[in-house]
Amino acid sequence: MESTAPASPPDGAPALSMRGVSKRFGELAALADVGLEVKSGEIHALLGENGAGKTTLMNVLYGLVKPDAGRIEIDGRPVALDGPRAARAAGIGMVHQHLALVEPFTVAENLVLDRGPARGGLYRRAVEEAWARELAAGFGLALEPDRRVAELSLGERQRVEIVKALTSGARILVLDEPTTVLTPPEVRDLFVALRELAARGRAVVFISHKLSEVLDICGRITVLRQGVVQGTVAAAATDEQDLARRMVGHSLGGLSRGPRFPVGQARLLEVVELGVDSAAPRPAMNFHVSEGEIVGIAGVEGNGQLEICETLSGMRPARSGTVRLGGRDLTRASPLERARAGLGVIPEDRTQSGVVLEMSVADNLALRAHRRPAFRRGPFRLQSVFDANARELVAKFEVRPPDPDRAIGTLSGGNQQKLLLARELSERPTALVAANPTRGLDVAATEALQNRLLQARAAGMAILLVSTDLDEVLALSDRILVAFRGQLAEVPAEQLDRETVGLMMGGVGFPAAAREEAIRL
Amino acid sequence: MIVFELAAASIRMSAPLLYASLGELLGEKAGVVNISLEGAMLVSAFAGTVATLACGNLWLGLAASVAAGMLFLAAFAALTVALACDQILVGTAMNLVAFGLTGLLYRERFGASGAALTLPIFPPVRVPLLADLPFVGPLLFEHNLLVYGAFLLVPAVHLALHATWPGLALRAAGEKPETLEAAGYSVRRVRAAALLAQGALAGVAGAYLALAHAGTFVEGLTAGRGFIALAIVVSGRWTAIGVLGVSGTSVAAQFHLQASDLGVPYQFVRMVPYILTLVVLAQVSRARSAAPAALGR
Repeated sequence: MESTAPASPPDGAPALSMRGVSKRFGELAALADVGLEVKSGEIHALLGENGAGKTTLMNVLYGLVKPDAGRIEIDGRPVALDGPRAARAAGIGMVHQHLALVEPFTVAENLVLDRGPARGGLYRRAVEEAWARELAAGFGLALEPDRRVAELSLGERQRVEIVKALTSGARILVLDEPTTVLTPPEVRDLFVALRELAARGRAVVFISHKLSEVLDICGRITVLRQGVVQGTVAAAATDEQDLARRMVGHSLGGLSRGPRFPVGQARLLEVVELGVDSAAPRPAMNFHVSEGEIVGIAGVEGNGQLEICETLSGMRPARSGTVRLGGRDLTRASPLERARAGLGVIPEDRTQSGVVLEMSVADNLALRAHRRPAFRRGPFRLQSVFDANARELVAKFEVRPPDPDRAIGTLSGGNQQKLLLARELSERPTALVAANPTRGLDVAATEALQNRLLQARAAGMAILLVSTDLDEVLALSDRILVAFRGQLAEVPAEQLDRETVGLMMGGVGFPAAAREEAIRL
Repeated sequence: MIVFELAAASIRMSAPLLYASLGELLGEKAGVVNISLEGAMLVSAFAGTVATLACGNLWLGLAASVAAGMLFLAAFAALTVALACDQILVGTAMNLVAFGLTGLLYRERFGASGAALTLPIFPPVRVPLLADLPFVGPLLFEHNLLVYGAFLLVPAVHLALHATWPGLALRAAGEKPETLEAAGYSVRRVRAAALLAQGALAGVAGAYLALAHAGTFVEGLTAGRGFIALAIVVSGRWTAIGVLGVSGTSVAAQFHLQASDLGVPYQFVRMVPYILTLVVLAQVSRARSAAPAALGR
């Protein structure tokens, strides 16, 4: 078996050195003269917002994108990376954001698929499982090679991906936003594993946009903004404010939470014994959102949040139970009836059920309102009203560019999301269901949207915030529920902290049956 | 002894369905649905007929069938895998081509008069010793070689899928092609190879119908067995063992219905497999969790 121990690099040369890397996509300079240097035994952060060029840079390193200019050296030797194969041969291992394991396969089958056939082309189960176990142990990681990937938690799957990336003897391990799908305890386990790998002489590139995490795990941090390096700093010599300034380009205002709205007794959104329509049977759920309250549903993606949101919005029929809005039973109501009754929805899949990408900003903004008499004369639409409505909302929500005639698909994700929120809020709903409202948005847009939600709360709206971003849930919510394998549990009011919520996201506080049974959604 | 003969006949008639559905299984596990399996069998049966008549040798006839099946699937693979055309549309079109082509060539060569062709057929081969067992012997061990081959193929396909690296790659192509691609292997090549294997098996299935079962060729000889094979793969839940179970029982059920005098016109009895196919296909969406995740894409 080939040795998996890294070869010692020539004296002084960094494990990875990228210099003067530039890449243009049409008008856009995705990378401009970027330099990155990572030493053996170091965990090095690549910090930046969505769209800052982190992924492009790593795709250059993995041979997926050909740079217009630049030089890449590994252990002081220049390399030409013209494809993933060349990158792997050069000692680069990549763990992508979206895990790419074959779910019905066992752990060992996944690793062998990637490694290539054994002599004779046979797959001998016992032999390969022993190989996989030994391989992982050699990296200081524990694996159960005979388990099916579908049964593993996301944290366990990621460990398989890491072993997979290291199988071919990679010396440089790149992880693209590795913590987004993990619960806080799983993040801790990941960090232990990464420190162990670094201690054994590997270079780790840790891509992230989360400041606290980067300060926690990394030795040095390289910040990217709009394709330009904003400096490389030692974690010990910086803090969150400094990093945020470099990453965003200006200081942030922060969230203005404002005075807590006196939560009324009125339970505007009420869910009683609701059974959602899903493949596996689920216990019924009960919760409510009162006037002027934000209730957060935290949880790792795929724990039943989608089913809850779709059932509330009317896209998925309820199996049993009752959904009430302002005391009115809406359990069997269509999405349109719900909207008329005062329910606003920010759907999870913005481009699928949120906006119509090919239609103009003005038309998208009128999707709810166009039936109103003010928007039409008989069956004909009043374009002037559409335009006036759009101009007003575009200005109020600071959409860029402020052009109502543009197809909404040509706007950035952040601006699309602002328009979606503008449309839903302009209907003055009594309750709003918001699913991952800030996913994929840059820091400034995220802050703007979160402030809008807080304003709506201050005006008395009942908001159900379903988010996989734990920080967002903690920052905005008055009360927090945790979704775990299709069940909901409320976090005790005196324990609304990261630690408690994080543990619950991993199943603590749920019935043992829910923890043990691997229900696939 | 009628029951006994029916059982032996069921075993014989399972053979072409096994070849066809195991071939389809290979393709579907790699992520490709081929609804022109029927057409492939028909073309193969015709090629086997022509070659057998020309050479007077059954084995050469079989070889011609296999070659025709592989050629047919090569064309299907070129369109669906290389050019990424819609699998269902291509399959439909190729079925129509197969029906038309075999009909045309048949009339061209043998005339439209309707005088039946007579072909030699693969003779039964008694397995020494085992065939002498009472009861079981004649039931299981007095068949033509293709029948034995069909039943041996079941464990062979199972092992090929689960105990070899190419099998691993084939299943990955059907479950998560992008992962296979990321590992540095060509999904297209894996799928093309699976489809060629399917072509060979469809070829044997077609040859069986002409050269082991009917002893003749008529237009539409396959009589929907290719479609039934598709349904067998689904209701066998995409496993070789499941395919064996379902093809055995469906053939037995058909014989049973034909034999028992229910006072139903036989035309209706012969519809049963097709109705069964429809019912099963309607179940596909429900059985989705057992299907390869990337099937049809």
